[in-house]
Amino acid sequence: MTAPRFGIAAMAAVPAERAADRGRIARRLVGELRPYKRDLLAALGFVTLGALAQATAPWIVGRAIDQAIEHRDPAQLARYMMVLLVIYVCGTTAQRGTIRTIGVAGQRVLADLRERLFARLERLPLLFFAKHAVGDLMSRVVNDVDTLNQLLSGGLTQVVGALVSLCGVLVAMLLLNVRLALVSFIIIPVMLLTTRQFARRARKAFRQTRETVGDVTAGLEQEISGIREAQAFGRTQANVEKFKAQNLANRNANVQAVGITAAFAPAIDVLSTLAIAIVIGYGSWLALHGQMTVGIVAAFLIYVQQFFRPIQLASTVYTQAQAALAGGERIYSIIDAAPEPADAPNAVSLGQGRGEIEFDHVSFAYDEGRPVLHDVSFVARAGQTVALVGETGAGKTTIASLIPRFYDATSGVVKIDGRDICQVTRASLREQMAIVLQDPFLFAGTVSENIAFGREGITQEDIERASRAVSADTFIRELPKGYDTVLGEGGGALSRGQQQLIAAARAVLSRRPILILDEATSSIDSRTERLLQDGLQRLMADRTSIVIAHRLSTIRDADLILVLAGGRIVERGTHEELVAHAGVYADLYRRQFGT
Amino acid sequence: MGYLRSHWWDAAGALVSLLVVSAATLATPQLVRIAVDRGITGGSERIVWLSVLGLVAVAAARGVFSFVQGYLAERASQSVAYDMRNALFEHIGKLSFSFYDRQQTGQLLTRITSDVEQIRGFVGTGIVQLIAAAAMLVGTLVLLIILNGRLAVVTVVVILPVVVLLGRFVRAIAPLFKQVQQALGKTNAILQQDLTGVRTIRAFGREESELARYGAANAELLDRNIATIHAISNNFPFIFLFSNLGTFAVIWVGGRQVIGGTLTLGGLLAFNSYLAFLVQPLLTIGILASSISRAAASSERVFELLDAPLEVANRPGATPLAPIERGVEFDRVCFHYPGADQDVLHDVSFSIPAGHTVALLGATGSGKSTVVNLIPRFYDVTDGAIRIDGRDIRDVQLESLRQHIGVVLQEVRLFAGSIRENIAYGRPDASHAEVSRAAAAAQADDFIRDLPEGYDTVIGERGVTLSGGQRQRIAIARALLVDPRLLILDDSTSALDAATDAALRAALDRLMRDRRHTVVVIAQRVSTVRDADSIVILENGRIAAQGTHEVLLKDSPLYNAILGSQLEPASDAVTEGAA
Repeated sequence: MTAPRFGIAAMAAVPAERAADRGRIARRLVGELRPYKRDLLAALGFVTLGALAQATAPWIVGRAIDQAIEHRDPAQLARYMMVLLVIYVCGTTAQRGTIRTIGVAGQRVLADLRERLFARLERLPLLFFAKHAVGDLMSRVVNDVDTLNQLLSGGLTQVVGALVSLCGVLVAMLLLNVRLALVSFIIIPVMLLTTRQFARRARKAFRQTRETVGDVTAGLEQEISGIREAQAFGRTQANVEKFKAQNLANRNANVQAVGITAAFAPAIDVLSTLAIAIVIGYGSWLALHGQMTVGIVAAFLIYVQQFFRPIQLASTVYTQAQAALAGGERIYSIIDAAPEPADAPNAVSLGQGRGEIEFDHVSFAYDEGRPVLHDVSFVARAGQTVALVGETGAGKTTIASLIPRFYDATSGVVKIDGRDICQVTRASLREQMAIVLQDPFLFAGTVSENIAFGREGITQEDIERASRAVSADTFIRELPKGYDTVLGEGGGALSRGQQQLIAAARAVLSRRPILILDEATSSIDSRTERLLQDGLQRLMADRTSIVIAHRLSTIRDADLILVLAGGRIVERGTHEELVAHAGVYADLYRRQFGT
Repeated sequence: MGYLRSHWWDAAGALVSLLVVSAATLATPQLVRIAVDRGITGGSERIVWLSVLGLVAVAAARGVFSFVQGYLAERASQSVAYDMRNALFEHIGKLSFSFYDRQQTGQLLTRITSDVEQIRGFVGTGIVQLIAAAAMLVGTLVLLIILNGRLAVVTVVVILPVVVLLGRFVRAIAPLFKQVQQALGKTNAILQQDLTGVRTIRAFGREESELARYGAANAELLDRNIATIHAISNNFPFIFLFSNLGTFAVIWVGGRQVIGGTLTLGGLLAFNSYLAFLVQPLLTIGILASSISRAAASSERVFELLDAPLEVANRPGATPLAPIERGVEFDRVCFHYPGADQDVLHDVSFSIPAGHTVALLGATGSGKSTVVNLIPRFYDVTDGAIRIDGRDIRDVQLESLRQHIGVVLQEVRLFAGSIRENIAYGRPDASHAEVSRAAAAAQADDFIRDLPEGYDTVIGERGVTLSGGQRQRIAIARALLVDPRLLILDDSTSALDAATDAALRAALDRLMRDRRHTVVVIAQRVSTVRDADSIVILENGRIAAQGTHEVLLKDSPLYNAILGSQLEPASDAVTEGAA
């Protein structure tokens, strides 16, 4: 909820966050600009030229008044005017050059940062994503890069130019008339102090508005995404009352803040006019006593108007820089996060194998000291189907995640075709397996694109054959544009079951020797699942499959069933063996099917 | 605009103050002129001091009035935004499910936050500034012509290109900003997708192609950003150049007039100061022009939302619904989603007697969820009627209808907050005992007690993450706490293991069936539905069969097929279970 704010409001609206190690971050951010050194040098040249132009123009005006107009010399006036024209054109060229060089270089730096962030996110270990919320990561790439954008595109260009020209103006004034210059300078510290005082108060007021805006947005977000619950439980009116209170608090905070910010511009305005009054008063007195010319008074009048802009800009940029440093710190914390450990130095390609999976005394902990898998050992022979059964939290998904090395075992070894998976390259390892997860991942694109998932050399026929194999063909053909129907982000109008069918078709199409199904069929009704299973079964005849499911009908055909509890394998065997054993599995089975 | 009317006094006050400020601003150069011409040139120290005093007085007046203006304008605009957000919030709460099926959360949120903010920015400060800028422009022009006609004409001619350039810039920049926003939206969408789908991407080794996809979107964004910078650099420096050329023309032409004796030196200086007052309003109008078009687009989006029809609302004369006595009846119900031409339900008739448990069974997409969503009127039937105790549910008050119904939706949504708050969502005043009783019935009490802070454990964005089965159980507890006469479970136990599922069913029997409360359940598992008093099987939006487990087992090949797909072979499993 940020409308463009100007001046004091812009300063105060940026939270004054302080980065932990500002010096280091600032040096790194400056380092990002290094590839554009030549652009920046050019920019510096443009800035200096622009400042010179800005400082000399009023001086020429003053000279024209004194030496040409007062002396009634039109030819001299024409000469001065030509000089003035050249200065103006130079100033314009310089300004255009500054905007282009700094602006373009800044945008390139930002694009580069975004791309590096994204590339790093594609390389980070999955443990990282288990510990960071999607919203938080999004905000780093979106909002934190934006704080840098504001600094680079807006503030920095202007403030450098403005500060250089302020110096030029000050020097020119001193050269023209030391006494009048010094008297006019009195206003500068007053302006600085006023600005600082206002910024401090405004920041306090705006903190309040930021917090209340947060409440308003959160209230809205909850209402919209929870609308079905709100209506089902008859809470809409209560929510309206709550929202009105939050909304009112936000309005009041804003009106209060405006009491401060609305006073700022007038205050500075009064100070500017005071500066004019000083120049007129003291200047005229000097002129009356013959110690100064009218032209110089005129030049001074133009100069004092140029005081405030640089001061205001400098304080805006100071605040922006604070936010940018804090943003930079968060950005670098991702860029610096350790990626998935590199493949072992002597890692080889796994190569197309038979697909035998072996867990050899494997333990795993997300956090040190809190293991979620204890000493798990089993073998899935090539072509076999192994089913994992157990309550929520028993460790089924964790086992499935260790096979593609989403996580690495804390102790023990996972082997494929007899090779420790830590000794082969990750890419070759993952090429051996197709995975269908609980939450199917569909991206914005056509159904065909989602099934092909970027693989090259896939024909439409391949895609349709894979869809038929998992019984997805029928519903896809009924979609408005069949296989060319564009799915929204997250699957759009498809039911969860339909999304799972598409993900299954994708897995079938990939023709890999190992198949991992993590509750991939939980939302498909049992008949469709039966059809899907028939298709999968045909295709899995020569594949090794790891299947996680709650429905026993899904797993009773498995070659090996592992029953997990608290991260340990408590029972193992075939369906018949386990039913006969009369243990945990037999109990589960009875409860689901018997009475 | 109607929203501004109720804050009329603030707006008018702001406008009057701004006109005073403009007048004061225009007076300043006159005082400078007097100081130079009659003071310095005329050699009168008294006049110099008087005009300096005048300057200070004018500055003070300008300060006070511009404060009043800023404050009043902001207060008016904040109040407009406040009213607008309240109206929007109240409206969206009443929109039916079919509206939300077609909307994305992010889009709606944008309308109520940033679109309202755009309008606010324009309504409050924009309109006032626009009027003031126009007044300033006209005032300055008039003054310039009075001061020196010829000089005024020259100046206007020199400055005219500023108007042209500004117009060009505004036209060029508006679509560019839009393109930047679109490109940014595209990069962010890819990022969001990849963050949520990180496992699948890794599993299929798609990192490189995803990076390429993002790279392309990012390059597009860079391209649009650079285009924007070029548009700025091709216009703004020249706008400033032409306004500087104004000074150039004034000094040259005016200087020659001074030499010729038709203009005083002070007059020249004053004239030069007025130039700034000519350029400043032009810039203001230029900047406002782009915000006007943005505000117009925003208000279109806001009013579109405010005007979205309430598809489900109370009929005039609707009366409250009494507690359900006899039951729910579907009478030849048809339904299609708005915009779709195909019915998803055809001619569905069945009854749910009070106290019974009715199970709905059918393939994915057969219309089970649609059937249950019609009972609390999340959607309204398109043909036929649903009656509770003989009354068409469209004739009763919506609030009272929903009061009697507890719903657990297929996609469980919990709110950021403690578990207790989540369970007590429908009855915020429920006691701890009531909350834990509902949780116990939903088989959630045990695992909640095992959490670090029990019922006070915070879930959501920054809190503990729960498994699918745990979330489902909390949602069931939430529905049970309101003690509904009719409970709807839409595939609400899919993530529960069989043991928990069995315990839950036993608890529901105790809570619902024994007290003659009604349950409608959608489930995939035969074990869940076989004990139901009646089973309704849907196929392609029609009722294919209905009856008890035993009747269907005997008569319905479809039921046997469904059963068979779960217990293979069916007869085998049944005998096994019976043995």
